[in-house]
Amino acid sequence: MLRMIAWRLPQIVATLVILSLAAWLAIGAMPGDPISLAMMADPRLGPADIERMRALHGLDQPLIARWWAWASGVLHGEFGYSRLFARPAAEVLWPALRGSLALLGAALAIAATLGIAAGMLAALRPRWRAPVDAVALVSQALPSFWLGILLIILFAVTLGWLPAGGTPDSGSAVEAARFLILPVATLAIAHLAAYARHTAAAMAEVLRAPWITAARARGAPESRIAFRHALPNAAVPLLSILALDAGALVSGALITETVFARPGMGKLLTDAVMGNDHNLALLALLLVAGTTLLATLAADLAQRALDPRLGRDG
Amino acid sequence: MTVAKLSPRLAVLALLLAAPLQAAAQTRDTLTIGMAQATGTFHPNIESMLAKSYILGFTRRPLTAHGPDWRPVCLGCDSFPTLENGQVARETTPDGKPGMHVTWRLREDLRWGDGRPVTAEDLRFAWEAGRAFETGFGGAEFYRSAYEFLSDGPRSVTLRFDKLSFDAGSAGNFEPLPAHIDRAIWEADRRNYRSRTAYDTDTANPGLWNGPYRIAAVQPGAGVTLERNESWAGPAPAFRRINIRVVENSAALEAQLLAGQLDMIAGELGLSLDQAIALERRSRNRFRFEYRTGLVWEHLDLRLDNPILSDVRIRQALMLAIDRPRIVQSLFDGRQPIAATAIHPDDPMIDKALAPWPFDPARAATLLEEAGWRPGPDGIRRNAEGTRLALDLQTTAGNRSRETVLQVIQGMWRATGVEARIANQPPRVLFGETLSQRRFQGAVLFAWISSPENVPRSTLHSDEIPTAARNWSGQNYPGYSNPEMDALLEALPQELDAEKRRPMWSRLQAMTHRDLPAIPLWHRAEPHVWPQWLDGIRPTGNMSPSSLWVTDWRVR
Repeated sequence: MLRMIAWRLPQIVATLVILSLAAWLAIGAMPGDPISLAMMADPRLGPADIERMRALHGLDQPLIARWWAWASGVLHGEFGYSRLFARPAAEVLWPALRGSLALLGAALAIAATLGIAAGMLAALRPRWRAPVDAVALVSQALPSFWLGILLIILFAVTLGWLPAGGTPDSGSAVEAARFLILPVATLAIAHLAAYARHTAAAMAEVLRAPWITAARARGAPESRIAFRHALPNAAVPLLSILALDAGALVSGALITETVFARPGMGKLLTDAVMGNDHNLALLALLLVAGTTLLATLAADLAQRALDPRLGRDG
Repeated sequence: MTVAKLSPRLAVLALLLAAPLQAAAQTRDTLTIGMAQATGTFHPNIESMLAKSYILGFTRRPLTAHGPDWRPVCLGCDSFPTLENGQVARETTPDGKPGMHVTWRLREDLRWGDGRPVTAEDLRFAWEAGRAFETGFGGAEFYRSAYEFLSDGPRSVTLRFDKLSFDAGSAGNFEPLPAHIDRAIWEADRRNYRSRTAYDTDTANPGLWNGPYRIAAVQPGAGVTLERNESWAGPAPAFRRINIRVVENSAALEAQLLAGQLDMIAGELGLSLDQAIALERRSRNRFRFEYRTGLVWEHLDLRLDNPILSDVRIRQALMLAIDRPRIVQSLFDGRQPIAATAIHPDDPMIDKALAPWPFDPARAATLLEEAGWRPGPDGIRRNAEGTRLALDLQTTAGNRSRETVLQVIQGMWRATGVEARIANQPPRVLFGETLSQRRFQGAVLFAWISSPENVPRSTLHSDEIPTAARNWSGQNYPGYSNPEMDALLEALPQELDAEKRRPMWSRLQAMTHRDLPAIPLWHRAEPHVWPQWLDGIRPTGNMSPSSLWVTDWRVR
């Protein structure tokens, strides 16, 4: 395992460096830099003003030189200044990250718990297979924006039980939880299907294995077979989904954040890229990519721990 | 049951029923406003944003503003500078050019939130920072022209300008900055002042604000909380606290209003017009709606060096072929005034004798025939060389309203024998390259934002045609070039007498009406949505936000 970590960590660092350069060049190549926007806003800017502004913002330098200056800053812990929010990029990032972690963390925890339970039920009790499939199909087919609006109309506008979106004014945990219910429900319903279907398929396969038949022949109770023998083996493919969802934890859920007007990483990342805010976009992208890569590594390690056969080929 | 026996029960019932109402009245010391745009910096002179302007309307007092009647008024000063009151005077600059000086006298009771008086030193700091280019203030032209700062007391400020300009008294974005807080920061590092100003690093510092409210808390990208400024000496505002919530998605904005999380939606940057019209139909009695014509005017810029569009008869035919009243009626419930030119209907210099072009397809056809374009077998006109009368037609992709308008125009032009090929682009590409670098070939539908008596030099003067040699500066995207217009645009700002400017404005409007470098469509209406219990908001329709008069807002 240590060999694997030693091998994968440099790969992760190299991937992040290449990604940052590619993203920097891609954003820089998009039309409409900050000076173009300033020109639209202030028509009295003359050619000399524009030249001086480009120099002032470093936009007269080649893109690669600007990336190098940014990367050198990052190595010294300087993540730069967000042009859109007029604050240090890291300072803008943390509230959005907190918002996304709370929203997606709760949604994924609920989706994974309910999805795995439903998948197990479908695998262990065949008569439940059809209803679980139907629920999974419906939850997968419902577009998040539509479901979100539906929940808002029902629970916020018509019944007035829950807020329609936004964030609470007070710091109370109860109030914060009230604001989370609808967006968490929207996301959890959307994610539930994947866990249910994968669990059902993996459990069904494991339950057909000869050693499960042997365990039953030895008289092991069904609950022990399900939780001690079948679930750990069926969990191996689920870990991959969880690893990818860990990336989603920090990349945010753009549609849900937009519909419920919640600050989060999805919205922040989109605004930063579209608003030509290099520093913020890069910091957010690196955080998302770094988390996904590290979570994938953690999932690989966990899979090997659960199934030692995976490590035999190196 | 007698009346006497009934009355105590009725009283209890009445009390029970009234309890929620009393609670509501008690909680109406807070107002929650929704708006659709977040703000970046809170510095009044760095970057121009509608959302910031709206928030600063509650928290700062500029020297002057334009009221709901579009007349200039003093807010931070005692009297608006004019030639008549002697606060504006012509003079000659040291190098012999015609110049002028303008004097503003600060209101005596104007104070920063930390209790310090607003003085000439605060304006001196604003002027010095504005003159230093590396500070990066907007309105560079104003500071470049204001070459000398004079003050003969803590409340009196005079700026000397190296040219004549009728609107110098309005002071542009020259307004007091708290020298006791920000001057040291600016002097320490002028180049990085824009990222170190207390407006962004210590936004809740009361000393930054001199309006009826101060910013008490900021939730980046989500909103701000305003509280009464204890040092404010003017009329007391009605609300103890104002929460401004940013909800960028307009459907979510509407949902929060209907769910009771928001009390009102700022018309300056809230719901789209079609959304507000639909909401009004559904919930007419719950909210009050007011539609105020704003500064944004929608139009089609035409590429005048396209051989087809260089002929003014074609441009006039295209204008005549668009049924603007029908579009406005069917898409915008008739709430957007048809534009005759770029001049706003409330602008004091509008020439009301100049009627908007009518919808007249027969006259359009005659003009096209005269220009040599005759119908082809597919209905599209062709000239003698067989060239089809075809144009690219573009707007911002994703803007549902504009995309719909474009499709309607495409159909109307098709009926007159003109083929329009729709090629929409994302706003960033359209504004960042296609328009600003003049890469379009036909017509582009977009909007400009104007201001009262705004001389349209940047969009009509031939020096303002963007070219690579000029770093693509200028906004004369059509490439309009007319020596008479150039002379008019140069003379207009220098005429200080409003009555002498009036015929000049009329001539300018007549020329753009005839030459059509851009096809005017309509002036955009701002939908304001207020609760029934709120009174006193007066939308201005100009760049001075209604929030500047928050002390007039009252609970009914």
